[in-house]
Amino acid sequence: MSLYAARKRSNRIAMGLCTVAAVFGIVWLVLILAVLVWEGVSGLSWRVFTEITPSMGSTTGGLLNAIVGSLMMVFFAVLIGTPLGLLAGTYMAEYGRYEKLTHVVRFINDILLSAPSIVIGLFIYEILVAPFGGFSGWAGSAALAVIVIPVVVRTTEDMLLLVPGQLREAAAALGLPRSVIIKQVAYKAALAGIVTGILLAVARISGETAPLLFTALSNNFFSTSMTQPIASLPVVIYNFTKTPDENMQQLAWTGALLITFAVLVMSIIARALSTRMKK
Amino acid sequence: MVDVAIKNAAHGRDEAENRLRVLERFRRGDKFFFHLTRSAAFLVLVLLFAIVASLTYGAWPALSHFGFDFLISQSWNANTEQFGALATIYGTLVTSLIAMLIAVPVGIGIAIFLTELCPAVLRRPIGIAVELLAGIPSIIYGIWGFFVFAPVLQQTLQPFLISLFAPVPVLNALFAGPPYGLGILTAGLILAIMVLPFIASVSRDVFETVPAVMKEAAYGLGCTTWEVVRNVVIPHTRAGLVGGVMLALGRALGETMAVTFVIGNARQISASILQPGTTISATIALEYAEASEGLYRSSLVALGLILFVISFIVLAVARLMLARLNKQEA
Repeated sequence: MSLYAARKRSNRIAMGLCTVAAVFGIVWLVLILAVLVWEGVSGLSWRVFTEITPSMGSTTGGLLNAIVGSLMMVFFAVLIGTPLGLLAGTYMAEYGRYEKLTHVVRFINDILLSAPSIVIGLFIYEILVAPFGGFSGWAGSAALAVIVIPVVVRTTEDMLLLVPGQLREAAAALGLPRSVIIKQVAYKAALAGIVTGILLAVARISGETAPLLFTALSNNFFSTSMTQPIASLPVVIYNFTKTPDENMQQLAWTGALLITFAVLVMSIIARALSTRMKK
Repeated sequence: MVDVAIKNAAHGRDEAENRLRVLERFRRGDKFFFHLTRSAAFLVLVLLFAIVASLTYGAWPALSHFGFDFLISQSWNANTEQFGALATIYGTLVTSLIAMLIAVPVGIGIAIFLTELCPAVLRRPIGIAVELLAGIPSIIYGIWGFFVFAPVLQQTLQPFLISLFAPVPVLNALFAGPPYGLGILTAGLILAIMVLPFIASVSRDVFETVPAVMKEAAYGLGCTTWEVVRNVVIPHTRAGLVGGVMLALGRALGETMAVTFVIGNARQISASILQPGTTISATIALEYAEASEGLYRSSLVALGLILFVISFIVLAVARLMLARLNKQEA
């Protein structure tokens, strides 16, 4: 009987600790989101979207140039990174499913997936910024594209592997060549999954700060030139947080709220799409 | 298909010739697409190689000038051009260690709660929330830590720790004041909060690979929930758990933005974890854009190379462990 009581007691203690852990963890995360919404919403107004970043001591200003810069760099990063990732994922799932190359690429890709993003910034600095004379939007986009590629490779491979082999066999029986089967049948069947991968990649790079610090740098003025330094939301948040200026700090919070909101919306859509795909 | 393509092809030639032409076109298209995708797959390898090569190239002046001393020297002086990585490596390892000490038990606790204890109604919403939180950009944690968390720590936890451990011999050095708010401990705590949803969601996924029959068999023998977790679930998923934790460690080691704001940026190794320190990533983020050409910049690249090598090893081990779990499952 005493053994039974002891077992019951240790069960209660362990399970109690797990519940406490869950409550503890969730409280912290809710707290962060609550503070973010609280601080961010109080600075939300039209000027955030219509005015450019202010200088020290000013009481006006917004984030227009940073928002535009972020959108442009993310757009070009996805434009460069997606086709490359898509093709590599296609090889791994369709042609080289049992090849050694695929295993090696998958292993390396998984490591690139979680490689420190600041190192990618250094890499782009070495190959694009230093030799071609200066910080630019293109360098920023290239750094983000390096982050996009592994995400897209991973999801494309996973999603193409989910496409049933019978679909391909049926298409082959009609006399379709393999490349056409992949493009017309496999891609179409995996479309929702591939879009999920792209959305996840966008969500991932929208908040990336470290690789932009010394590739795109930042810009206090409105600029849409990709050959010049260009502002981006994360870098502006980073710079404004470090200032003692209250107006700038407020804008940093608001910018943080905008990024978090965008990232959460994209992740939710991606999730919804991928559950549909897996059904 | 060939017949359809022939119909769409140019008229006026005889059928056999058309058929040949179409087949030839298919063959060329196939070959082209195969080589296109294969080169894209190679590109991933090239990417890794290029990162290592360019970092090594950039770091070479510093590495060849300082040699092995770079790893064990603490000095970091831009005026005398004396650079060493020890203080930043120390900061990187200690902040990640603190983060893991807190986030691993709590994260696994959350995963156990979600898989074994949570009411079925709440299971999905909490699981989804944890997954979404894992995707929040790290700069959010940084700005929160800087404006909200660090001042609170300075007022509450840090003075408490200092007074609590003051009479204890070894620990009083570890928690020596004054409370700055910013420092190694604060950075470690922020990292812990940041990797927590990640560890929780990976562990939950791993726990869910345990076949229900195995757990039911244990319950049938009269095991308590804790005994099932300890004797069935955890042994079955050990490789996956270690893999997930290593992945989180890889993230914590390379994290820049959550750390830069709250670490205090002092290039020193002090016994007390309440004192300011720095990490590899924070040093690069703060100094690289302004660093002068030559040894200074090269030393920062060398730091980046060290960080890449450390996280490469950690991530490679993580992936091997996770792959082992998958094989076990199959």
